Amino acid sequence: MGAWSDQLIVAPILVPLAASGLLLLLEERQKTAKRVISAVATLLLVLISFLLFQGVVTAGMDGAPVTRTYLVGDWPAPFGIVLVVDWLSVLMLTLTGILGFTSFLYATARWDAAGPRFHALFLLQLAGLNGAFLTGDLFNLFVFFEVLLAASYGLMLHGSGEARVKAGLHYVSINVATSLLFLIGASLIYGAAGTLNMADLATRIPAIPRSDLALFQAGMGILGIAFLVKAGMWPLGFWLPSTYSAATPPAAALFAILSKVGIYAVLRVYLLLFGTTDSPMPNFGGEWLLYGGMATIAFGTIGLLAARTLSRLAGFSIIISSGTLLAALGSGEGAVLGAVLFYLVSSTLALSAFYLLVELVERQETGLVPSAVAEPVFDDEYVGTQSAIDDGEVGIVIPATVAILGGGFAFCALLLAGLPPLSGFIAKFAIIDGLLGLDERIAASTWTLIALIILSGLATLIATTRAGIDLIWAPSDKPQPVLRIAEAAPVGLLLAICLALMIFAGPVMNYMERTGRSLEDREGYIRSVAGAARAHPPAGQP
Amino acid sequence: MEIVLALAIGILTGSGVWLILRPRTFQVIVGLSLLSYAVNLFIYAMGRLRVDAPPVVGRGGSADPSQLVDPLPQALVLTAIVISFAMTALLLVVLLASRGLTGTDHVDGKEPD
Repeated sequence: MGAWSDQLIVAPILVPLAASGLLLLLEERQKTAKRVISAVATLLLVLISFLLFQGVVTAGMDGAPVTRTYLVGDWPAPFGIVLVVDWLSVLMLTLTGILGFTSFLYATARWDAAGPRFHALFLLQLAGLNGAFLTGDLFNLFVFFEVLLAASYGLMLHGSGEARVKAGLHYVSINVATSLLFLIGASLIYGAAGTLNMADLATRIPAIPRSDLALFQAGMGILGIAFLVKAGMWPLGFWLPSTYSAATPPAAALFAILSKVGIYAVLRVYLLLFGTTDSPMPNFGGEWLLYGGMATIAFGTIGLLAARTLSRLAGFSIIISSGTLLAALGSGEGAVLGAVLFYLVSSTLALSAFYLLVELVERQETGLVPSAVAEPVFDDEYVGTQSAIDDGEVGIVIPATVAILGGGFAFCALLLAGLPPLSGFIAKFAIIDGLLGLDERIAASTWTLIALIILSGLATLIATTRAGIDLIWAPSDKPQPVLRIAEAAPVGLLLAICLALMIFAGPVMNYMERTGRSLEDREGYIRSVAGAARAHPPAGQP
Repeated sequence: MEIVLALAIGILTGSGVWLILRPRTFQVIVGLSLLSYAVNLFIYAMGRLRVDAPPVVGRGGSADPSQLVDPLPQALVLTAIVISFAMTALLLVVLLASRGLTGTDHVDGKEPD
């Protein structure tokens, strides 16, 4: 590991931040320059996250410890700010990088012109997301949450209009209140344990005096509420569908990972602090996650069946996805962690693609033709372009645009519903398999959870089929909308990645299980953070 | 001193919670501001209350922890103040936009029937 690759750890935060600052200096009319800068930044992010990912995988396959730390300002670990790269954080970084690139590409087709400073906000959002995935202490988690939220307020309101401002007002108010809860939780934890560094906190929990334990648990509970609001757990997630459906499609596609930040935080903090059986409160809050997650799936399923627009349908799919993740996490950790992570990646990619598709399909339904010159459609083998000419048997020639949209839509629906053979099925199957293998006697709550997961898949299938028949099959004499390459390519790319997840399910699952095991290996994490070497140790110290 | 601070935090929180549950956007903003004051005081209190103790070691001063007040909550409060201030400003802009677009200051953008 050279010196430059150590500096790489901070790059996922610095690159978008610097590019975002640069964009603010440019005049609003210099559209091309802005697009070029943010294209470079998003591509760099993909590259950096891939390099970090590769570094972890190569080290991990040799059996070497993969957790690497970066001391910002070179202060030793519990006192200064520490960034941590491990299996889980590189996975999330890579996911963010991919979603950032595809959403950016989609935005260049038309949406970045809908209002000022789209790209600056977009990059700021990426910086906040990457920071939240990298940070190793709770207060910086709060700061990066605020960075990504502040950017998301801007992105949410991008394009303006009554619906967005109305939804935005709710979104901003709820999140400001949530941030206050986050602060209360973090300060209670600080008051009881005397540290906010996650690794340091994990070592100090057994030493917390009995009298302060209730305070600490209250702090953790309040912090958990703040995370679960982000994840959209019932009854904290009523804001989610209306907010996401009001946002512009590229923003909503990026927001697909925003709700996963809450899940990530729960995974990181709760597994590190409460996973061990010898901690004074093993599996703290696990039941809340289980039953809350199950209620979330039920709420999402009912909402999905009642949804009348595609974007609300996508919003409720996000809720179902969050609910499934939370409930599976709460049910019993070790056995299902790998499957949970697989589901997280697969469903995030599918939901992001779905948000992008939704707008294309709805545009075609309303016949709203984009004014600019269109590119020819892309030819991707699995979305069914070959059905463009159907031998006249049915008497209607299906136009290529509709075929692509319909194919992509069906693909997304299969992914979200979890039908074979796509990655959604593999993920759900692995979760259910893990749940069934938990114990000799399977608890009633586990059966309920399995039933809910399967039922939510069925409901997704019903809802998407109904919407698909309505919007895609129904003949319309409206002018044929044209699809631009910049709009079709991101969707194709995301779906191609999902396809790759299915084809390479073996190695991917292997990686996810390694990640799951690394999350169980608290000692390793604590040791790497506590023993992080300073770049320039002061004189007189070894 | 503890009881005064606790009462202040309690009253601010109570008023803030009541206000954010009100139907007018301006009340919500004032409520959120009051809540953020309460939270800032609360963070401060979590570093234990001390009077007349400096948070940083002065030049040539002693580094005896018992003579100093915990500096970390003060740094946290500083960050929290800046962030909540910025968010309140943003929320004000959204409030004005909402008022302009919907013609009402109700949080749902329309008057209840």
